[in-house]
Amino acid sequence: MSPSPTTTSRDWPSDVYRALRAADVRQMSYVPDAGHAALIKLFADDPAVASVPLTTEEEGIALAAGAWLGGQRAVLLMQSSGVGNCINLLSLAAIGRFPLLTLVTMRGEWAEFNPWQMPMSRATQPALEAMGVRVYRADSPDEVADVVSAGAAMAFDADQQVAVLLSQRMLGRKVW
Amino acid sequence: MDRAPSTLDRREAVAALLEDRGDTLVVSGLGSTTYDCNAAGDHPANFYLWGAMGGAAMLGLGLALAQPARPVWVITGDGEQLMGLGALATVAVRNPSNLRIVVIDNSHYAETGLQKSHTAYGVDLCAVARGCGFKQVFETSDLAGVRALRQSLRASGQGPMLGVVRVKPENPPRSLPSRDAVYLKNRFRAHLGLPQG
Repeated sequence: MSPSPTTTSRDWPSDVYRALRAADVRQMSYVPDAGHAALIKLFADDPAVASVPLTTEEEGIALAAGAWLGGQRAVLLMQSSGVGNCINLLSLAAIGRFPLLTLVTMRGEWAEFNPWQMPMSRATQPALEAMGVRVYRADSPDEVADVVSAGAAMAFDADQQVAVLLSQRMLGRKVW
Repeated sequence: MDRAPSTLDRREAVAALLEDRGDTLVVSGLGSTTYDCNAAGDHPANFYLWGAMGGAAMLGLGLALAQPARPVWVITGDGEQLMGLGALATVAVRNPSNLRIVVIDNSHYAETGLQKSHTAYGVDLCAVARGCGFKQVFETSDLAGVRALRQSLRASGQGPMLGVVRVKPENPPRSLPSRDAVYLKNRFRAHLGLPQG
């Protein structure tokens, strides 16, 4: 099955929301991105999950470790540019073997308008992997929730640090 | 604008803060505050940071949200908090009533040769916290004040509180807790009755 080239009729953010709730995620932190907008809204309307807006993405790495220390599971939503902000804080997840699950919307890889997105886009996966984070990609709306669910199991059951990259092609062109 | 240096001993200050700590959960920031908290008495409900500079307050927030019935105290240094200033805004927005942030402010980076930090030049962490939305903010620079601060921080609040304890810029002998974060994590979770790894 080939991925839809632009937007999709499938409500994949609701699929992802259900997958994260099924994984018992109780804290959701984020720096907003258009690609995460629907998911952020779904969590904002859910009183059982603490939504935590961040000033910068690395705050979410420390938040997730604190959540785990206290017995809760967290997910961190960010854009690919935010991965660069996280690098040193990923030490905490790596050295403490803290479960980490982050969903990263990609910029700079498909019909990108803004050249400033390119350097961090190229560096996103290598930077994550350099810090020991296991990287998965979701390229089609039909597979996103399954990839997120598998990533959650890797994180919370196997103490892994996991990033799921959501492809820009799947998210659709940004309208300028 | 330089301020007159405090003469308060940091080890005495942190020991006084943690006296009869009860069910308090403690997160210490990278550097001297990790040593201070260990010197005051190692405890399974201490999680010591040996890295992740700037992350202490946010780690405390995640813990405070997960354990709303337990007091969570983040004890960190001025340099560590300055690296995570945005966290004060994030904490204030979530407004957890069980979180306390105590900045042990020597206005220097004691680990690296006592270079001045921004607070030595007048940056006011209490004012920053107020600006972020902290309703209860305290500052002290003597032991009697620390004891009063302890009582203030133990009182129930409507939101998070921040205390700045101004201490003497010095580098006391190291007091080293375990550097094994997995051990510290599992010990902490066991203390809370949570499954480990």
